[in-house]
Amino acid sequence: MFANWPLLSLLIWLPILGAIPVLLAGDRRPDLARRVALAVAAATFLVSLAMLSAFNHAIADSIARGAADLGLLKNMQLQENLLWIEALNVRYHLGVDGISVALVLLTTFTSVLVVILGWGSVEKKVAQYMAAMLVLEGLMVGVFCALDALLFYVFFEGMLIPMFILIGVWGGARRVYATLKFFIYTFFGSIFMLVGLLYLYFKTGTFELAELAKVGLSAKEQAWLFFAFLIAFAVKVPMWPVHTWLPDAHVEAPTGGSVVLAAIMLKIGGYGFIRFSLPIVPDASLEYAWLVIAMSLIAVVYVGYVALVQEDMKKLIAYSSIAHMGFVTLGVFISLALARSGNATGAAVGIQGAMVQMISHGFVSGAMFASVGVLYDRMHTRMIRDYGGVVNTMPRFAALFVLFAMANCGLPGTSGFVGEFWVILAAFQHNPLVGALAAFTLIIGAAYTLWLVKRVIFGEVANEHVAELQDMNGRETLVLATLAAAVLLLGLWPQPLGNLMDAPIAELVKHIVISKGA
Amino acid sequence: MISLTDILTLLPESFLTLAICALLLLDLFLKPAQRSVTHYLSIVVLAVTGWLVLQHFGEPTAFGGMFVRDGVAVVLKVFVLLTTALVFVYARPYLRDRSLFVGEYYVLCLFAVLGMMLLVSAGSLVMIYLGLELLALSSYALVALNRDSPLSSEAAMKYFVLGALASGMLLYGMSMIYGAAGSLDLNTIHAVAAASTQRGLLLFGVVFVVVGIAFKFGAAPFHMWLPDVYQGAPTAVTVFIGSAPKLAAFGMAYRLLEGGLDGLGGHWQLMLALLAVLSLAIGNIAAIMQSNLKRMLAYSTISHVGFLFLGLVNGQPEGYAAAMFYAISYALTAAAAFGIILLLSRAGFEAEEIADYKGLSQRAPWYAFLMALIMFSLAGVPPLFGFFGKLLVLKAVAVPGTLWLAIAGAIFAIVGIYYYLRIVKVMYFDDPDADAVPAKPADAPMRAVLSVNALALLVLGLTWGPLYGWCAQAFGIR
Repeated sequence: MFANWPLLSLLIWLPILGAIPVLLAGDRRPDLARRVALAVAAATFLVSLAMLSAFNHAIADSIARGAADLGLLKNMQLQENLLWIEALNVRYHLGVDGISVALVLLTTFTSVLVVILGWGSVEKKVAQYMAAMLVLEGLMVGVFCALDALLFYVFFEGMLIPMFILIGVWGGARRVYATLKFFIYTFFGSIFMLVGLLYLYFKTGTFELAELAKVGLSAKEQAWLFFAFLIAFAVKVPMWPVHTWLPDAHVEAPTGGSVVLAAIMLKIGGYGFIRFSLPIVPDASLEYAWLVIAMSLIAVVYVGYVALVQEDMKKLIAYSSIAHMGFVTLGVFISLALARSGNATGAAVGIQGAMVQMISHGFVSGAMFASVGVLYDRMHTRMIRDYGGVVNTMPRFAALFVLFAMANCGLPGTSGFVGEFWVILAAFQHNPLVGALAAFTLIIGAAYTLWLVKRVIFGEVANEHVAELQDMNGRETLVLATLAAAVLLLGLWPQPLGNLMDAPIAELVKHIVISKGA
Repeated sequence: MISLTDILTLLPESFLTLAICALLLLDLFLKPAQRSVTHYLSIVVLAVTGWLVLQHFGEPTAFGGMFVRDGVAVVLKVFVLLTTALVFVYARPYLRDRSLFVGEYYVLCLFAVLGMMLLVSAGSLVMIYLGLELLALSSYALVALNRDSPLSSEAAMKYFVLGALASGMLLYGMSMIYGAAGSLDLNTIHAVAAASTQRGLLLFGVVFVVVGIAFKFGAAPFHMWLPDVYQGAPTAVTVFIGSAPKLAAFGMAYRLLEGGLDGLGGHWQLMLALLAVLSLAIGNIAAIMQSNLKRMLAYSTISHVGFLFLGLVNGQPEGYAAAMFYAISYALTAAAAFGIILLLSRAGFEAEEIADYKGLSQRAPWYAFLMALIMFSLAGVPPLFGFFGKLLVLKAVAVPGTLWLAIAGAIFAIVGIYYYLRIVKVMYFDDPDADAVPAKPADAPMRAVLSVNALALLVLGLTWGPLYGWCAQAFGIR
């Protein structure tokens, strides 16, 4: 029933415009601002559910109607295609396929939780905080829906502004350093992508992703473009060795900012590899797959070890995020190699794994950061040594935290297992050594996560501050319990998510098999 | 023979000339308390001139090709007039606080506008020189407006000496070109330059002409005057010389290089490319170290000139349209940026140190928000106006052969982002000093116009299509 509504525009603009009444409520009336923000975020989430329902029904429709030939992107639904800038043929072209739908849902879902989380933990300039969050939400949805490369870029870069403000205003002691580093690093990455896109525009006269995926490119052109994309998305993921902004940004960001950063923003890097690098420059991607695979393995193994020695909980989880995102890039590029060697099934499994890993990591890392936020609000420290025996005073919190920790280790039955398992499965088909190295991470992951749990949650009550801790209130319980339900649901029943993404992934694998050399 | 059509073609300029003379006389009879009359009349004069420009009276050329009225001239004139009107609105409270609120300010600015209008319409070397000198002489006097300030006088002196040197260079180059082509008419020069095989003399002239252009733009390595003048001049003057003349400078470069010397493209294009990269490097890197906002914006201007040159490098209509779009976006943004400085300054206090902006978001959240928009636009972050200017010039060079320029532009855009972000950081992340001067309640028209100006950077960022379409049309693209 929603199929003919401009749902995607609504998803983008509702939160962005919704930020205006939140700002008007003002910092002097924080409760009103919080309520309006929650209403906007919840409404956006409902719209995204409407999108999901419209999406399922629309598949048959669009094929029956003989939708315009979009090549690689023929699974795109709910399209809106308007001319934005006539002179450059830039289009306001939105659309979603299974991959985007999953990420959009993750975004809207997480944003509701983040608004609820900010209810108690943000005290100063509440209206501005909530408004920045909502603008950020709209822009992130835009990134996942844009089918025009320039439109994508505008959302991709525009996102930096609210995040810059979020970390800089509400962050911790070294927030200025962290937020400048975050901004400059990401800007550094993306501007080369812009030059690459402009070169592609010179070749094709369009920014349409579907057209860019079709255009033939020589090996040299592909190589240059590949590195332009690689810098942009590797910084965003982030991959070793350009990951150093992430621990700083995470440590200094307010809880809500950390959650958004970990749960959604990092996914944009992985999404970029799937939407840009693979379809547009498949041959160069294959040629340099070894490089990305090596970088991913370093992320998985070395950064895992780095996580082991951290003394700051947020930093530890940040490094663990990098290691987990290593699986995503590993899965994507191994699949490319598999697809070219004729193993289409294996390739599909690898990309599926990468995607599931992204969604799962969204839930798990979001939950971990939210948990640390819960502790931080009470103790105002993130240092592991200041904790110990939290289970004695906060049993409900401890139960959920242990669950998230297990998901972070990749315990079967939790969402963390599914994606990693599929990626390792694909990796073994590509090269047993790579598979073994990737599997090795499960041990390191378990080591740093369990050790964290041991030091923070279990044992004797470490000091009088811990002894005075109050268990979670209703709001915090709601957030963490919802995330826990999502983690378990995805772990026990990943099939619906897999089905959702089957069609676009199959199409992608079909596309990357064909060499583009011109 | 001067015919009636010639006069009709020059109607906007003629009207402006007469109006300036009338204003000058009228101002003599006004008491200081009535000075606002001059202010409002000047804005009316600008509006009427703008309206006349848009009417396209007369013929496309006048005075035997000395004066050209094509799409490029019309677009540039409209934005010169618009920017100057903004400047007048922003400058008034500042001038009044410092007893600089005199008729001469308006008359000199209007004379400079007249010079710019002739400059962008020039069809011969003489016209270029006339327009340029009218603009330059008015600017020298404007910088010295506050004659009791040693800093201003020094800046004016420096500006004058270096400006005269630049004019000399330009004139020398022009004389060489005249010697080679035997004509001052740009069309004839164009034909000769395209046909001649003995190019030694022409090339010799081109070098000096390019140097003259670079001087007027403030492109590195001919930028030395620019930071001192921006800092030394009263801010009400800086806002003027920092905004509208960039449009005129673009017009001059276009007339000379494309109109006259197109046939020698391969030679001046390389010079411009080098000037562009140098300007990007020096402007962006030197701006990082500044603690004075006006000086920082001066170095930022140098870097923006570098970007603008990138649009000229390929000598293609798309590139010119991109450069013109860039000049327009820069002029509007710069006017707003200096407008904020004017807004926060008060009698006896110049809000020109970056430290003066500490915690502005707590003292004056709306102004801080506007300033943040301006800074993000200058930095070139989408979806703001400034980004699309950068996008267009990068697009113009992101073709095989000049790809290295696009990459250089990209690299220096990253360097540049730091100092713009620093302003946002100071305003939003720092707490105000205890003795910070509270933001004064600005007068209503200024507040309104400045808000519209800054918000336009966001709105134009989302809807820049028609404006670019206008620029593209002026260069005959589609």
